Amino acid sequence: MVKRKGVESSIALADAAAMCNVDAISAYPITPQTHIVEHLSEWVNNGELDAEFIPVESEHSAMSAALGTSAMGARTFTATASQGLALMHEILFIAPAMRLPVVMAVANRALSGPISIWNDHGDIMCERDIGWIQIFAENGQECFDLTPACFKIAEDKRVILPTILNFDGFIVSHMIEPIEYWEQETINNFLPDFEPQIKLDIRNPSTMGAVGVPEIYYEARIAQNEALLNSKSVIKEVFEEVTKITGRPYNLVESYNMEKAEVALFMMGSLTETAMTAVKNLKKRGIEVGIVRPRLWRPYPTEEIIEAIGNIKALGIVDRAMGFGAQSHPVASEVKSTLYSSDKRPVVCEYVIGLGGRDVRIEDIEAMFLELIEAAKSGKSQPVKYIGVRE
Amino acid sequence: MLEFRFHGRGGQGSVTSAELLAITAVADNKFAQAFPSFGPERRGAPVQAFARIDEEQILNRSKVYTPDVVLVLDYTLTQMVNVTTGLKPDGILIVSTGNTPELVREETGWKGRLAIVDGVKIAMTHIKRPINNTVMLGALIKASGCVSMENMKEAVKERFGKIAAVNMAALTEAFETVTISEGE
Repeated sequence: MVKRKGVESSIALADAAAMCNVDAISAYPITPQTHIVEHLSEWVNNGELDAEFIPVESEHSAMSAALGTSAMGARTFTATASQGLALMHEILFIAPAMRLPVVMAVANRALSGPISIWNDHGDIMCERDIGWIQIFAENGQECFDLTPACFKIAEDKRVILPTILNFDGFIVSHMIEPIEYWEQETINNFLPDFEPQIKLDIRNPSTMGAVGVPEIYYEARIAQNEALLNSKSVIKEVFEEVTKITGRPYNLVESYNMEKAEVALFMMGSLTETAMTAVKNLKKRGIEVGIVRPRLWRPYPTEEIIEAIGNIKALGIVDRAMGFGAQSHPVASEVKSTLYSSDKRPVVCEYVIGLGGRDVRIEDIEAMFLELIEAAKSGKSQPVKYIGVRE
Repeated sequence: MLEFRFHGRGGQGSVTSAELLAITAVADNKFAQAFPSFGPERRGAPVQAFARIDEEQILNRSKVYTPDVVLVLDYTLTQMVNVTTGLKPDGILIVSTGNTPELVREETGWKGRLAIVDGVKIAMTHIKRPINNTVMLGALIKASGCVSMENMKEAVKERFGKIAAVNMAALTEAFETVTISEGE
């Protein structure tokens, strides 16, 4: 029997990590991720989870320690957010280069300044191209379901890459909502033991993370990128398995009401739930609009995104982060370049919404959809619009 | 869908109230959300918590702006914040106070359904501490009928362990003694 209960999403994610039988957790507490590592440290302290919990003095050390334990062949987990993720920055690149399948939950939070503990995607957008697989969960249920999926993807012999599971800080992390837990047996059958092909072993000494002289560095970087791009087929395979287990659709890119829609919003994370209500409200008024939500963000699922966009007339691209001084904000930049490399030419409207915890209401999203309908009629793109900002 | 807003002071357990409500609603096989007014926790400062209960999956991650139920754990807050902001005209205001309904109406300006119980007095009787968050859930269940008493009992048991029994006794007394007056 699957157990459905009302539980905080952070706790469900931590429970899922514990049920994945992690061997090592190195973490530094930072809002709004704190409940995850607090909960795991309790599991370890109470003897319910046989794992090493390494309390460190900073996130820089948390990631460094995670590399060490992963290199030893331990299933390694950590979690962070915002300034913590930023402090890990230089170490983050080393995990995929050394092919260490660390799994990290990131409770997305705004970056300073001004100081903000609230949600946006500013933290992860600074770490887009670090070489990690990156997945965005929409709600607490996805936080649970995708945790075992992340370990399975990361540790697959065809992948062996670190993986980040993003979920919206506070909006999802601190929400009590109904979540169905998998049976321990289901997780055991789904997730095989971690068997690294190469590991640090004092009986069989080897060097990991050696210097890359000009004769090898270039090839190493290309090989690493190929590994990341090739992981897409495995991610798809694992998501299909999660779909079978849970009965919930897990596609690389989700579409909502796209069959009938003439315009759509492209957005990530928990925003899409609120947007679904906007879609339903407009449907009642005879207006058909849709949503495209990439669940997988790295490797960037180009083909699936192009397919999901279909033949709509206007596309609104929603950013929850700033790209200071850039031609467009991060998501819009990327999606516009996707369109250019395809034969699709919808009218494009760019939006920024919900920075630093600014609340996003159903009405905000309805207004964006209606604007897109006008843009489709006029055929005119509009410059980026900052939704909900006071002038 | 029913939407709830809880007013309390940091440390009084208004977030716990919202959480217990949502956990119980999920145990009742409904869909629910509970969330704090996100931010740093400050003991004694006015805080809010929110909840939603529905028969269908709740697809809305915004704050609660037009609640059906407002629950006030600390009467002094009515002097500082407008606790009835956005409260639907056919909604219900639930207040922990020893004051009369007439005085509460006069001081809050609320003309709709009103439920009153002296939560602190009941808490002192059973829990021996002026913490009335679970007490007020008894009044809320009576006034709104939104969750089952049976599953609330389970939720309280799981959350409070050794002190679950006194919390449940207090909750039950509030359920039985809450005064509900219909509005205009």
